[in-house]
Amino acid sequence: MATMRPSAIRTVPWRLLGQIAVVIFCLLFLTIPFVEMVKAMIADPQLLARQLLIGVTNGAYIALIALGYTLVYGIVELINFAHGDLYMLGAFFSLSLIGAFSLTTETPWSIRAPILIVVLIATMGFTAGLNMLVDRWAYRRLRGVGSRMASLISAIGISFVFQNLGLLWGYLRFPFMNGVMGSNAVAPKSFPALLPSVNLFAGTGVRFGAKDLIVVGVSVVLLIGLYLFVSKTRLGKAMRATAQDRDAAALMGIDVNRTISLAFVLGGALAGASGMLVGLYNGTAVFDMGFTAGLRSFTAAVLGGIGNIVGAMLGGLLIGIISALSDQYISTKWTNAVVFGILVIILVFRPTGLLGDDTVQKA
Amino acid sequence: MATPILALQDVHTYYGNIHALKGISLTVNAGEIVTLIGSNGAGKSTTLRTISGIINPRQGQISFNDTRIDRMPAHEIVRLGVLQSPEGRRIFPRLTVLENLEMGAFTRNDAVTMKEDLERVYTLFPRLRERISQKGGTLSGGEQQMLAIGRALMGRPTLLLLDEPSMGLAPVLVEQIFQIIQDINKQGTTILLVEQNALMALAVAHRGYVLQTGQIVLSDTAQALQTNETVQKAYLGVE
Repeated sequence: MATMRPSAIRTVPWRLLGQIAVVIFCLLFLTIPFVEMVKAMIADPQLLARQLLIGVTNGAYIALIALGYTLVYGIVELINFAHGDLYMLGAFFSLSLIGAFSLTTETPWSIRAPILIVVLIATMGFTAGLNMLVDRWAYRRLRGVGSRMASLISAIGISFVFQNLGLLWGYLRFPFMNGVMGSNAVAPKSFPALLPSVNLFAGTGVRFGAKDLIVVGVSVVLLIGLYLFVSKTRLGKAMRATAQDRDAAALMGIDVNRTISLAFVLGGALAGASGMLVGLYNGTAVFDMGFTAGLRSFTAAVLGGIGNIVGAMLGGLLIGIISALSDQYISTKWTNAVVFGILVIILVFRPTGLLGDDTVQKA
Repeated sequence: MATPILALQDVHTYYGNIHALKGISLTVNAGEIVTLIGSNGAGKSTTLRTISGIINPRQGQISFNDTRIDRMPAHEIVRLGVLQSPEGRRIFPRLTVLENLEMGAFTRNDAVTMKEDLERVYTLFPRLRERISQKGGTLSGGEQQMLAIGRALMGRPTLLLLDEPSMGLAPVLVEQIFQIIQDINKQGTTILLVEQNALMALAVAHRGYVLQTGQIVLSDTAQALQTNETVQKAYLGVE
């Protein structure tokens, strides 16, 4: 339903003034560095290609996490602060299973590949189930009573619980895990280098390893699967309907609580997959890895238009590429500032994000 | 006497501390069109929301075909065959017209009968067929109302609850919608109709209840209500 935009009643066009201010700021302060950056990019196209590919790989796993934020926000308007930490638990769970199956770099591929797939599925199931249980025990009873702050604060609480669970997990020394957790609870845990690191573009000066391809490939399959599920299946449509109007969905016979659970399950599964992929890719996992990853992914979801599934994918890819370029051409120290600066600029011009809807989500 | 398929007995509903329904009792018999008329805030929509299970009554009984539904969650009530076209249409703005209609048939999940029902809805509302792949939010008010009614019909209701189907529509369209309501009824669907447009509502209904500040103050056949002096003064604008 069309609602009046605030700008229609205001007399001072603040938004326009803000947009003009941002344009002037960018012209004054960013033109020269930007030109320098473009020059550097043109000077070494191989380096640029390499960074872009790194960006795509990072973007793939960020998109997977971002979808969890966007699915849950889209349907219950909760910013699930614990989502990044769920991703961390996914990495820990997969590492434990890898230990339990005693997978090493020596394991032949005929055994390694199927086991990795089993571990991936088990990890997705674990994080999906955990996310669903947290919704049922913590968030559901707070829905519809009092303010939304209640569930928001409890999500922050769950985030701490998860991190401490990660610490506890890092201390576990069950014999069946074959010592994958190391000796120190706080220290980063090492994954064995199970993915082949052979360069697919060898001899061209561009680096894109087989493991990059695996991370991107698995992510793309999951992203397409999710997209098809949400846009084509009966349950997926019910999920979108519930996100748009919960009462009306209930009047169609849709079990709203179950549909919300489904959003947590799907988001959780993707976060688990992402945790495992990143663990294998970077070869390490640590109990607080969810914080930065969660922040970037949430940014990606907002950038693409929170609640919008394709937006989260696009946002993830953009954040991945922007970070990779900033790491190389500006400075890794500035990367967070660059990412959030771009977010601010985009939101000034499109407050609902790149693909966000102008129509009001809920009355 | 026909047997009632829906019966409300002394139903009390609250919004927080606000006592919105103060002991509503009414019945709807199979095959009837029953209308609830009353001014703004009388509790008409609240009555429908309570029947559908969107809000639970604090006191009283609601039964549908002898099943108690006053503590049932909304989605289970739909499964029994009670569908509502809610106030303000509440169509899904970012689903297409077809997807909106599919949602109406959510509880059935049967491709063959769904095709039949789609045809039936398109016959009643030819405009919807033209708009099939358009997003619900881009439809005009009248088309949205057709979609809301069509969506509820997709669930094959035994009892159809219609909340203000004429709201915000041009007079020509209002006539058309009421004609269709009568057609739907003749095809065998029982209808409970909430309306501010008492004149039109009483013209199509068999019986009516008059609601005032959460209580039923009058109930009679539609014909009798049309000639009732209080109703004429308060709701029909007859001096």
